[in-house]
Amino acid sequence: MITGNFEYHQPGSIPEAVALLSKLGDDARVIAGGHSLIPTMKLRLAMPEHLIDLQAVKELRKISVSGGEVCIGAMTTQAELIASEELHKAAPIVRETSLQIADPQVRYMGTLGGNVANGDPGNDMPALMQCLDASFTLSGPDGERTVNAREFYEAAYFTARDDLEILTEIRFPAYSGGYAYEKQKRKIGDYATAAAAVLLTKGADGSCEQASIALTNLSDTPLFCEEASRQLVSDGLDSASVNSAVASAMGQIDPVDDNRGPAEFKRHAAAIILRRAIQQAWARA
Amino acid sequence: MSATAESVQERRAALKGLGTSRKRVEDARFTQGKGNYVDDIKLPDMLFGDFVRSQHAHARVKSIDTSAAMELPGVIAVLTAKDLEPLNLHWMPTLAGDKQMVLADGKVLFQGQEIAFVIAEDRYIAADAVDLVKVEFEELPVLVDPFKAELPDAPILREDIADEKEGAHGARRHPNHIFTWEQGDKAATETVIGEADVVAEEMVYYHRTHPCPMETCGSVASMDKVNGKLTLWGTFQAPHVVRTVASLLSGIAEHNIRVVSPDIGGGFGNKVGVYPGYVCSIVASIVTGKPVKWVEDRMENLSATAFARDYWMQGKIAATKEGKITGLWCHTTADHGAFDACADPTKYPAGFMNICTGSYDIPTAYLAVDGIYTNKAPGGVAYRCSFRVTEAAYFIERMIEVLAIKLNMDAAELRAKNFIRKDQFPYQSALGWEYDSGDYHTAWDKALESVGYSKLREEQSQRVEDFKAGKTRKLMGIGLCHFTEIVGAGPVKNCDILGMGMFDSCEIRIHPTGSALARLGTISQGQGHATTFAQILATEIGISADDITIEEGDTDTAPYGLGTYGSRSTPVAGAATAMAGRKIRAKAQMIAAYLLEVHDNDIEWEVDRFVVKGAPEKFKTMKEIAYASYNQAIPGVEPGLEAVSYYDPPNMTYPFGAYVCVMDVDVDTGVSDIRQFYALDDCGTRINPMIIEGQVHGGLTEALAIALGQEIAYDELGNVKTGTLMDFFIPTSWETPNYQTDFTETPSPHHPIGAKGVGESPNVGGVPAFSNAINDAFRAFGLTHTHMPHDHWRIWKTANELGLHAES
Repeated sequence: MITGNFEYHQPGSIPEAVALLSKLGDDARVIAGGHSLIPTMKLRLAMPEHLIDLQAVKELRKISVSGGEVCIGAMTTQAELIASEELHKAAPIVRETSLQIADPQVRYMGTLGGNVANGDPGNDMPALMQCLDASFTLSGPDGERTVNAREFYEAAYFTARDDLEILTEIRFPAYSGGYAYEKQKRKIGDYATAAAAVLLTKGADGSCEQASIALTNLSDTPLFCEEASRQLVSDGLDSASVNSAVASAMGQIDPVDDNRGPAEFKRHAAAIILRRAIQQAWARA
Repeated sequence: MSATAESVQERRAALKGLGTSRKRVEDARFTQGKGNYVDDIKLPDMLFGDFVRSQHAHARVKSIDTSAAMELPGVIAVLTAKDLEPLNLHWMPTLAGDKQMVLADGKVLFQGQEIAFVIAEDRYIAADAVDLVKVEFEELPVLVDPFKAELPDAPILREDIADEKEGAHGARRHPNHIFTWEQGDKAATETVIGEADVVAEEMVYYHRTHPCPMETCGSVASMDKVNGKLTLWGTFQAPHVVRTVASLLSGIAEHNIRVVSPDIGGGFGNKVGVYPGYVCSIVASIVTGKPVKWVEDRMENLSATAFARDYWMQGKIAATKEGKITGLWCHTTADHGAFDACADPTKYPAGFMNICTGSYDIPTAYLAVDGIYTNKAPGGVAYRCSFRVTEAAYFIERMIEVLAIKLNMDAAELRAKNFIRKDQFPYQSALGWEYDSGDYHTAWDKALESVGYSKLREEQSQRVEDFKAGKTRKLMGIGLCHFTEIVGAGPVKNCDILGMGMFDSCEIRIHPTGSALARLGTISQGQGHATTFAQILATEIGISADDITIEEGDTDTAPYGLGTYGSRSTPVAGAATAMAGRKIRAKAQMIAAYLLEVHDNDIEWEVDRFVVKGAPEKFKTMKEIAYASYNQAIPGVEPGLEAVSYYDPPNMTYPFGAYVCVMDVDVDTGVSDIRQFYALDDCGTRINPMIIEGQVHGGLTEALAIALGQEIAYDELGNVKTGTLMDFFIPTSWETPNYQTDFTETPSPHHPIGAKGVGESPNVGGVPAFSNAINDAFRAFGLTHTHMPHDHWRIWKTANELGLHAES
């Protein structure tokens, strides 16, 4: 549990960080909170020669809400997400999700940017960002571009981010409807056995105007459940419709056997968790 | 007179002696990060060791190439078995009469086994060099299932002893077989079972787990080549035994070895044995002439140091139709891993598993245990319990439940019907123990009344109805347990470790100004010895506990003792402390009589002083006596006030308790929720109620961990699947329920102060209570028994197999 040798860099701005990454290339890794990367380095599964630590890049640590849009800097910690009243008003599901990540000590270090950029299917924020229809700003040698969270994840640890890009910002529309993040885990600090993010908007007539469902750790990427979301809007929230939406979402998942249990169990638990999330979100809508 | 009576009480309170909830004196440093652990030890020119370990569970080691590692600047040496062989240290004896490789001698037998020891100038270089050592393996078939160990195609693991028909514990019937240990009357038991009204049978598996103390194992060895003295700091639960073993192994005279256990961050049995890291750090220091530190990491601790449990217990329990138990039969298949490194008293290869008749008056019983080698890490230590007592308690408390199901009887009633009655103590058990004392019915009734047992059963019945009616998806389980422990090993006539009788010791010096220093042969790992032993002594010698320093763990200063494990510190060293205190008091009486100018028999002890009988105004306090012992020439009495006691206990002690756990179980997700846990402990005389409560909380939490998820699991290739704390369950405050503690007090008749020990009771009794609650939740749906650990998916699987998911 001792890392290999590496050089440590602490740039003070985004351009400086991007330039450093361009210069050092494949031998470098960007580090945010480090809760995925450092353990990997201690196991010597990752042995980067250079670490580019973003903690001194002040502009990456911010939360702002304006014009119905939330903008969060990549280095904003989960503790800061939880503490922000402004963010809680704009998107209460973020606090609900953040409180289910790891434990308080980890959340003081763990960042939103690191959580979404790493591509670990166990992370909770990627599915949440898909549910919120967030977009990620990537800064690289060729400038900035944005990628939608629903198109960002390709496979476990593979994302649309180029090796020379840094994920700097996360933006999503404020959301005031019903919400729920339900997570089954073995203990505090664990990844999800199954987790579901659900947003539902109830119209004046009691119909479901808007629905968004995404799932965590049930495939090698987070899963946005487009079809299931659409079904809830078109068919409503009666039990047949919910059953059908859950069945549709379950058609997308591909869980693997691990110490949390075999895939068969996870399939069952995932359906229960999703159903509970839908019920909770609708009750809050 | 009332003023005097009050002042006696005040003086007694000022002593902070027996029965006082005194704050732990250790906590001032522990809560401020000022403890001094092995890894805090830094010596000039200290070198660092790290192991090359096997990724394979069973393989021949064809070659080890250390050249690239040796070329790395800062690497001093790389030791392999070849280097240790001339010193005859490539193997070492285990506590169980077997031997164990220190470094791989031609083959490896478990994943994580030590192959080479790299010594470097800093910890980082050592880790880098480990990566540079090239080991060529030839993989061999792996044996992980003990039930396949004696099949014709089973690989032979221990080729070194393949032809030996006799082991340390009698005949071996197969190269992968270690011993068979039998207790009780086989023929009579089989007859009783054959003729019984009712027989319940079950295979009860207590899975492999690990003590996982917060501080991992480590040592710092420093060989002073000028004066020939070796100092060894380490995570040792038994430092004196380590000194003796180190002397026997290294050939260094015992007076030239000083072993020090500094602060220890939890042991739970994991730090009883001797590990290759200790031996290698010693050899490395002898070779280099510099201090050498070795501290393992968490993964090394979980995968290579001593595991616990792994007992497959096949049981049969016989009873009359009315529920009177007539016989108990048990055959245990014990998976010991690659070497038999159990830490048991020599004559007990399965520890005190023969306490498995539990709290019950079972007239006829038989136990057989077969020890088996597999390609897993060695160990089999007593994880927060006396030797194999948790296994025994789990077995009988599951068998009682299984029998209750067979009899269609309430499990609480079945227990009460079969408890050893108060008037039967001292009680001779069918498997050979003499239970010293107990009052089980009183404790049981108190427990059931406290939790409102009959109301709970009514609620449970209603819940079953509601579940069947589709109104809820949660079942309710009531987990009962009445356990009896056997701790305080033990009488020298039948208990020893490597030939050392399991006595313990205390040496007391009273200083001229009336404060004291007491040293013991034990070593605290969090138990609070510095607090509680001072309290025992305070009551015995009338000096405030605040004025008594307790020291342990340095073999150059502390008297020889067998260490701390198996809840033996209070029963054995605590007894030695009381006995040494009484020697102090006997001498003090002579001094006081001299000072008061009366005969010895004319004065009597009162809290903190000797008082002239019938003349309470004439007295000498212990403080005055202490001063006099140093500054007055008293005819016929040596100066000074010191005493030492080596205590050989006449019997074990038998703490017991009654626990009730109430759980809700979500049938669909397998999530369990503990809504109530009541723990009544009877540990005899209570020394410090606050420490007892802390011990109970800690032990119950470890029990919760084991019952609900904690395990060392292997795949079929012998890979450790649970080698990090992500997968190896350690509960946080979030997973830990509120505990409701209670007590009865049945003093041990043979212990000087009646104390029995408590640190391990909650783990022994907690595991069956948690497990019984899970099992009980499904009793109404036809479940007889399901194995631990009861994690979400296994609970879900149970529900699934019972057909409870059909409608969801």
